[in-house]
Parts: sequence; structure tokens; C-alpha cells
Amino acid sequence: MLGFGADRLRADMNRLLALLFHQGVLDEQFLQLQQLQDETSPNFVFEVVTIFFRESEKLLRNLRGLLLDRELSDYKKMEIHLNQFMGSSSSVGAKRVRNVCVAFRAASEQSNRAGCLRALELLEHEYCYLKNKLHELFQLEQQRVMAAGVRYPIQG
Amino acid sequence: MHLTTDNMVRRKEVLESSCEQRARMLQDQFSVSVNHVHALAILVSTFHYYKNPSAIDQETFAEYTARTAFERPLLSGVAYAQRVVHSEREKFEKQQGWTIKTMEKEPSPVRDEYAPVIFSQETVSHIESLDMMSGEEDRENILRARATGKAVLTRPFSLLKSHHLGVVLTFPVYRTNLPPHATAEERIEATTGYLGGAFDVESLVENLLGQLAGKQAILVNVYDVTNSSDHLIMYGPRYPDGDMSLAHESKLDFGDPFRKHLMICRYHQKAPTSWTALTTAFLWFVIGVLVGYIFYGAVMHILKVEDDFHEMQELKVRAEAADVAKSQFLATVSHEIRTPMNGVLGMLGLLLDTDLDSTQRDYAQTAQACGNALIALINEVLDRAKIEAGKLELEAVPFDLRSILDDVLSLFSGKSRQKGTELAAFVSDKVPKVLIGDPGRFRQIITNLVGNAVKFTEQGHIFVQVHLAEHTKSVMAAKANACLKRGSDEVEVIASQTQFNTLSGFQAADDQNSWENFKLLIADEEFCSDASDNWIPTGEDSESVTLMVSVEDTGIGIPFQAQDRVFMPFMQADSSTSRNYGGTGIGLSISKCLVELMGGKINFISRPKLGSTFTFTAVLRCQKNASSDLKKSPLEAIPTGFNGMKAILVDGKPVRAAVTKYHLKRLGIIVEDASSIKMAIGALCGQNGHLRSGNGKRPDMILVEKDSWISSEDGVLPIRFIDWKQNGCMLLPKVILLATSISTTESDKAKAAGFANTVIMKPLRVSMLAACLQEVLGMGKRRPQGKEMMKGSALHHSLLHGKNILVVDDNMVNRKVAARVLEKFGANVECADSGKAALMLLSLPHKFDACFMDIQMPEMDGFEATRQIRLMERKENEKIKTREVTYEGGSKTEWHVPILAMTADVIHATYEECVKCGMDGYVSKPFEEENLYQAVSKFFESKPI
Repeated sequence: MLGFGADRLRADMNRLLALLFHQGVLDEQFLQLQQLQDETSPNFVFEVVTIFFRESEKLLRNLRGLLLDRELSDYKKMEIHLNQFMGSSSSVGAKRVRNVCVAFRAASEQSNRAGCLRALELLEHEYCYLKNKLHELFQLEQQRVMAAGVRYPIQG
Repeated sequence: MHLTTDNMVRRKEVLESSCEQRARMLQDQFSVSVNHVHALAILVSTFHYYKNPSAIDQETFAEYTARTAFERPLLSGVAYAQRVVHSEREKFEKQQGWTIKTMEKEPSPVRDEYAPVIFSQETVSHIESLDMMSGEEDRENILRARATGKAVLTRPFSLLKSHHLGVVLTFPVYRTNLPPHATAEERIEATTGYLGGAFDVESLVENLLGQLAGKQAILVNVYDVTNSSDHLIMYGPRYPDGDMSLAHESKLDFGDPFRKHLMICRYHQKAPTSWTALTTAFLWFVIGVLVGYIFYGAVMHILKVEDDFHEMQELKVRAEAADVAKSQFLATVSHEIRTPMNGVLGMLGLLLDTDLDSTQRDYAQTAQACGNALIALINEVLDRAKIEAGKLELEAVPFDLRSILDDVLSLFSGKSRQKGTELAAFVSDKVPKVLIGDPGRFRQIITNLVGNAVKFTEQGHIFVQVHLAEHTKSVMAAKANACLKRGSDEVEVIASQTQFNTLSGFQAADDQNSWENFKLLIADEEFCSDASDNWIPTGEDSESVTLMVSVEDTGIGIPFQAQDRVFMPFMQADSSTSRNYGGTGIGLSISKCLVELMGGKINFISRPKLGSTFTFTAVLRCQKNASSDLKKSPLEAIPTGFNGMKAILVDGKPVRAAVTKYHLKRLGIIVEDASSIKMAIGALCGQNGHLRSGNGKRPDMILVEKDSWISSEDGVLPIRFIDWKQNGCMLLPKVILLATSISTTESDKAKAAGFANTVIMKPLRVSMLAACLQEVLGMGKRRPQGKEMMKGSALHHSLLHGKNILVVDDNMVNRKVAARVLEKFGANVECADSGKAALMLLSLPHKFDACFMDIQMPEMDGFEATRQIRLMERKENEKIKTREVTYEGGSKTEWHVPILAMTADVIHATYEECVKCGMDGYVSKPFEEENLYQAVSKFFESKPI
């Protein structure tokens, strides 16, 4: 019974992952990330994603602050933030977030304030979606681990 | 224009001169006549008045004047009129016997004086007795003549008889000799008569002009211009036509100062539009136009060419830009496609992990296979794009060519066995054991060529040969010479053969690979290897060797019309090819690029339905001290347990025998040939029976080619062989069957014939051959089976295991992931979050074996950090050189930590940029295992620490 539950949870996880892949939210880098997780670092994915969330929220905050500044926005600084964001999002395989970052950067390169604001909103939306979905995934995983009683490395 | 004016001037001059000529002639003639009339006057005065009685009467006068008429060609006639005053009229009339008449032939009315004609030339006899004073013109003339004493002329008037225009010339005749300066009254007083003559100007001028050439051309008018306002015409039409534009006036002096005459000449016709002038002018015009046109054309052409040139230049720039853009686009797009494809494949993997029924599994597996094929294609496209963008660089690592060929053969062995085609590789002994080059790319080329060959070959063979290019060339030249010498009888032999001396007996496209040549190549080789055991680099160019690799197949060949686009990307022989055989046709173009990168050339000979032979050359470097490095290289070592063994090879086909010999030789086995089993056993018997001493070693094995076995009377002889075996002759050699494919019945038969479990399936490969032989000879395996599994990630493990690696990235997530990847490969990883921190950690001395550096970092980017690290290292190295600093054991002689750039952008962060600031390479971010391995292997493989 316990084993069956674990299998079902595993199937759910796979379904969710498949959905995220299908939607283009995640890409293969996320699978690579999962492959890096083994006995020596059993919570690697979770750790990385947590760092990613923390960093991203900081970056989002900064970006919003820069954009809402009444004075002329500091596009240079914005680009640095966006490069950071792009780097980390491509590392975790957050594809849609990364793509929005690319658009955001293009807008900021052109000093297009309206475009930047639009991109920021989109970015926040994408980020929230990703965060929710990944949380869901981690919850499933936790349940699965608990259900299985043993932790297996997720194999792609 | 000039010519026309010139012509006009000339015309004018001609007119002038001819006019003058006419005028002078007329004048001369006139004056001659006038003089003569003068003479007549003197004659009359002398003989009529000074003589008494008069010596002249009408008769005399008429005769004299008639006889001297030639002197006065201009005068129609002359006459003498006597001055008769009225008082003397009666006396005179009586004396003469006629009355004085007027011009109208009527008796003259009473006048002061009369001037009746008394003598007249016969031509004008009608005017005799006419009173000259009665005619108005004559009267004026007479009055003027006697007053001046000179010849005077009337104005032109119509003459009496002829009604021609004419003038009358009148001379006065005086009674006495007058003093030279007599007054007019004295002259009038002294006048006794008048001599007159009529000039018939019209006919006279006509006559005169008739004597001159060109009278038609020139129109002559003679005018009396005494009254300057009213020109009286003497000759010529009243209203002259002709060319009015040009006229010449010549003055005429007829000896009468009172009268002025003028001659005006005109051309009868308008300027005879001179043809030469016209044609030359036209020609000049045409020439001018032509020259102008040529000039214009030239200028236009130059302009056009210039325009075209600019346009071309622009197009070229655009094309180049487009090409670069295309390559970049391809690279980027391929990369972008690869990412989701990996996702798809990953998900398919996940899917295959789940519970699936067989159909679903089949579907998923098909999808995965297709995905893999697509990824392979994308990688190929990426390769091509990279090559085109000049971004593909070749590695230079030591590798064993022979094992690469073995690998490739093993890759295709399944397929070739399925089809029953023979697949073989042969590497000349002259090719060095260890070469330095890019094994991956070399393998890629050969795999592509062999893959194509296998794909398109249904029967026959695929034969890969590697020789030294120089050697092949010299042997081929020698062979060509020999062929020329030997002449035609050999040709006959070849023509009559039904079996070809190739690997499988099928005819191949390139005859050069048939046994005749191959024999020469090998023979030469054996000779060489006798002379010197090891391969000795030839000549001064000892660093590099040029290999010639040929892949021969007996497949369907390439249609002639498609042969010139074989190497074009995405071009296939025809559409049916891709339908029947699949494939994209990009492989060959990549192979071509790669071969060119290796400094070689690729070409092929193909004959439809016979097969194709692809040949390429590649320049590789050879390892200098081959033996010492061979052990270090992670190459598969060849088992040495067979060294010195002896084998007899039974094979009717010399090429195939040579290939088998080549593989056996690699194991150190000495091989003897036998063309049939009979011969082999004969040799064996000889050895067994009569103890052929000398080369006393007994063969350890007999290898029999399946064809030879089948053809040798259904294995009768092997049965004899088994008999021996059963007789307990334990020292008998092992008998091994070599086969490409073998059916169950055949294998049963083989077992029955004594080849139990000793069938070696082709294609031959050293490792496989060794394994089989070990099994047959009972030598036992020396290497654990699992060792071959140790490739792949295990290799990375060993590569990075225990290495201290520094990861520099400002992005925490990236840092974490990169560190984790490297840790997974067994490295000890430390992290730094900025260029400055990295500098601190890398301050000398440090323990790091390598550094992965992010390029985009705030404050100090990767390039800058690398520059500073290199600067630091240089300073330290200087110190080491000057022995200021020494490290324990003096092991460190130079500091150079490998720095690898991490970049998210494969295309933009070019290799050169990294190299410029002192980096050693780059890896793409996020890390990919293969990419990472490639980058890292450069440092840890070639530089054993």
C-alpha cells in the first residue's frame, strides 16, 4: 500500500514535471539539476531552488525599486540585476523566467520604461507561477519520500 | 565647316580669277579693236583728206575693211560718216548723188550739221547715207568724240539690223593735225568726219566666252555703269539667276574714260555641294559621333563597372554578414532546439520509467529513438555552423588510429553482419602507433564514410585502409610504370577474370585498391619493416605525417549526375535516396570540412552499381617517443600474450588474407599463408611427419576463411584432420573458422567438422580477436569484463578526482550548481563570489588545480580577474627563474593555473576573447557533461599531474 502510494506520487510528480516542460516553464537544465542530486547531497535540488527563490525575490525587489523610482531609472544597474537573474534562472532551468528576463533586458537596453514595467509584471507573474509549481513539486516529493520510506535519487 | 568654308574660299578665288580673266580678255580684244578703228580713222584722214583727190572711195574702203576685218573681231562693221554742215548739204548731196537720210531711212530734215555715212564696210552697208547725227546715241557719241578727240562708246542699245545689244564706237577724224593739247572748240572746228564701229557685244562676248572653258559654270554679266544708279546691261540676262550668294565684279576699261563698264561673274549653279567635303564632313561627323559614343560608352562602362563593383562589394559584405548571421543563427537555433529536445528526451526517459504496456513502450521508444536522431542531426548542424563560423577547433591529443578503426568497425558490425557484407580495416605498418590529432573528429569522418558505405552496400564488402600518403603515391607511381612496361597480356588476364581481386571478390569502383596494388603496398611495407623494425619518420618533416584513408564499398554507387554535389550540405543523390536509405546528407559536407580542417582533401571515385571509394588525406603529428607515451594514454592496451605465436591462414583471397594478417600481426602472431586447406595441412604434415627442422616452431593455430572451407570439397579434409585429432595428437594446432555471417546449418556443419566454438565472426577487431583466441587457446581473460564500462562518467571521475577547483561566480545559484557538478566528478570545490575574492584565493602559493571563472561579474569581470591572476603568476615565475623563491622539493617550476571561462553564450564569448586575456578555454553555462569533459581533458590528460 505504501509502495503503491509512492508510485502514484512519483507518477504525479512526473506528470507535473511533464506539464511544466510542456508549458516551457522548465527545461532540461532542471533534469540535470536533479541528476546532480544523490546520496551525498540528498536535498540538492531543493537547496538550489531555495537559493534561487531567495536571490530572485531580492532581485525582483530591487528591479521594482529601480523602476518605480521617480527619478530616471538606473538602466545600467537594472541590466546587471537582469543578467544575474538570467544566469540563475538558466541554471535552475526556469526557462520562461529566463525568456522574460531576456525581453526585460532588451527593453531596458532601449531605456523603454513602459516595456520594462510590462516585463517586470510578466516576470513577477512567471516567477510566482514557477514558485508555486516548484513548491507543489517539492511537496509531492516530500510525500513520496515519506511514502516510500526510502529516498531514491530521481533518475531522469 | 572648315572644309566648306575652305571650299567657299576656293570657289570664290576660282570665280575671281576666271572673272578677271574674262574681263581682261574682253578688254584686250576690245582695245585691239579700238586701236584698229583708231588706225582706220588715221587711214581715212590720211588718204581721204590729206590726199587730193581722195585716195579712198567707197569701194576701196569696203574692200580694205573687209580684208582687215579679222583685226576687229569685236566689231560687226565700221563706217565712216562725214561731217556735213547744213550750208554744205546741197553740195554734198549733189556730189554723192543721194540725199542724207535719217536712221528711219527718210530724207533728213534740216539740221545744223549732218553726219552721213559715206564709207561703210559691206557688213553694215545698210547704213550708208544715213545721218548718224539723227540717232540719239550716235549723236551724243559724235559730239563727245569730236570734243575729246578720243574713242567714245555709246551706252548699250539695240543695234539696227541684228537687234542685238551693242555699243557704237566713234572716233573723230580731224582735218588737220591738232596740237596735243588742243581745246574742245579747236577739235570741233577741226572735225571733218567720224569713224564708227558697232560692237555687237552680245554675240561677241558669247564668242569670246565660247573660247574659254567652263563657260556654262560661270554666268557673266556686263554692265554699263556710267550712271552709277542705273546699271545698263550690255550682256547677260536682265534678271540674272544662278548663285546670287557669290559674285565677282571686274572693272572693264574699254578706252572711253566717260563710260564705265563692269563685268559681274556668278556661278551658274549654287555651290556645287562638294561631295568630298560632304563625305569627309560626314565621315568626320560619323567618326566624331563614334569616338564620342565610344568615350561615352567607356565612361558609362566604367561607371557601370564601378557601380557594379560597389554593389558587388556591398552584396559581398551583406553575403558575408548573412553567412556569419546564418552560422550564428544556426548555432543559436541548434542550441535552442537542443535544449527543448533534451527536455523531450528527458521526459521520454521519465515516461519509459513508468508502467507502460508494450505498445506504449514501443511508441515511447520510437519517439526516443527519433529524438536521439534529431539531436544527432542538430549536433551535426551545430558542428557545421561552428565550422563555418570558424569556431570549431581541433584537439591535439595522442590517439591510436587502429583502435579508432576497430571502434568504428564494431559500431557497424551488427549492420554489416545482418546484410552479409564484409567489413574490414587495414592500417599500414608504416603508420605510427600513436598519432596526435583530434580522435573524435577523425572518428567522426570515418564513421560517416563507413556509415554511408554500410548504408548503401547490400553485398560485397566495405574496406577501410590507412596508408601513408607519400608511400602510396610512390608505390602508385611505381605501379604505373610497371604497368606500362608489362603491356597488354596482363590486361587480358584481368579482363577474363570473373572474380575480382578485391576483398570480397566484387568489383570495386576504384581499381587502385585491387590486389595488384595492395600487394605492392604490402610488399613494400614488409621490405621496409625488415629493414627497420620501427617506423622511422622520413625526411626533415618528421613532425607531421599525412595519412591517406580510403573507404571502399561495393554498393550502389553514386549516379554520375549527382557526383559533383556529393559534398554539398543537404544534397543527396536524388530524392529516392533519402526515401530508400534515409539520412540528411549533411554528414559528407561536415566530413569535408573536418578533413579540410585537418589539412587534407577528400575525394571519391564512384561507379554506379559498382560502388564508391572515398579517399581522404589528413595531416597529423606523430608522437616522438611513442613507446613511453603509449602507456600513459588511456588507450585500450593490446594483450601481449600472443606474442611470438604462429598461425597458418587459409584464405583464397589475398586482400582478405592481408587484412587478417594485419590483425594477427597486431597481436604479435606470426602468420603464414596458405591458399587452401590442403596446402595448410600439407605444410602441417611436412612439419609433423618429416620434422621440417629449421624454423622449428609449430603453428599454434590454423585460421580458415569460411569461403575456403566451403569450397574445399565439403570439408573432407578437415575430417581427416579430426581423425588426427582423435588419434590423440595433442600438439595439433587449433583450427578456427573466420566468417562474416554464418547460418545455423553452416555452423552445425562447422561444429561437425571440428570448428567447435571456434568461429570468429567478422569484422575482425583486435580486442574481439584477442578475446576469441584467448578463449580458444584457453589462456583465460586477463582483463575484467567490466573494465570497458569504465568509460563515460567514470572517466570524468578519474579526470577530476581529488583536484582542487575554484569556482568563481557572483550568482549564488550558478555557483552552487557548478560546484555540485564538479563535486560529482570527484573534485574538491571551493567557491568565490567575485573576481576580487578569487584573486585573494589564488594569491600564490595556492593549492588549486583549475579555476572556473564566470565572465560577467560586477566590479571585476572574469577577463579582468584572469588578467590580474596571470600578471601575478608572471611575476612569481620571474622570481622562480631567478631563484628568489623556491618551493618545497622544487616541484613547482612555473605557475599557471588553468582558467576556464564559464559563459552562457556559446557564440558571443568567443574563444579568442578568452585566450586574449589568458584563459585556457571555456565551458558553456549551464554545465554540460560532455562540454565540461572536453574542456577539462585538455589540461588533465595531456598534462599528467
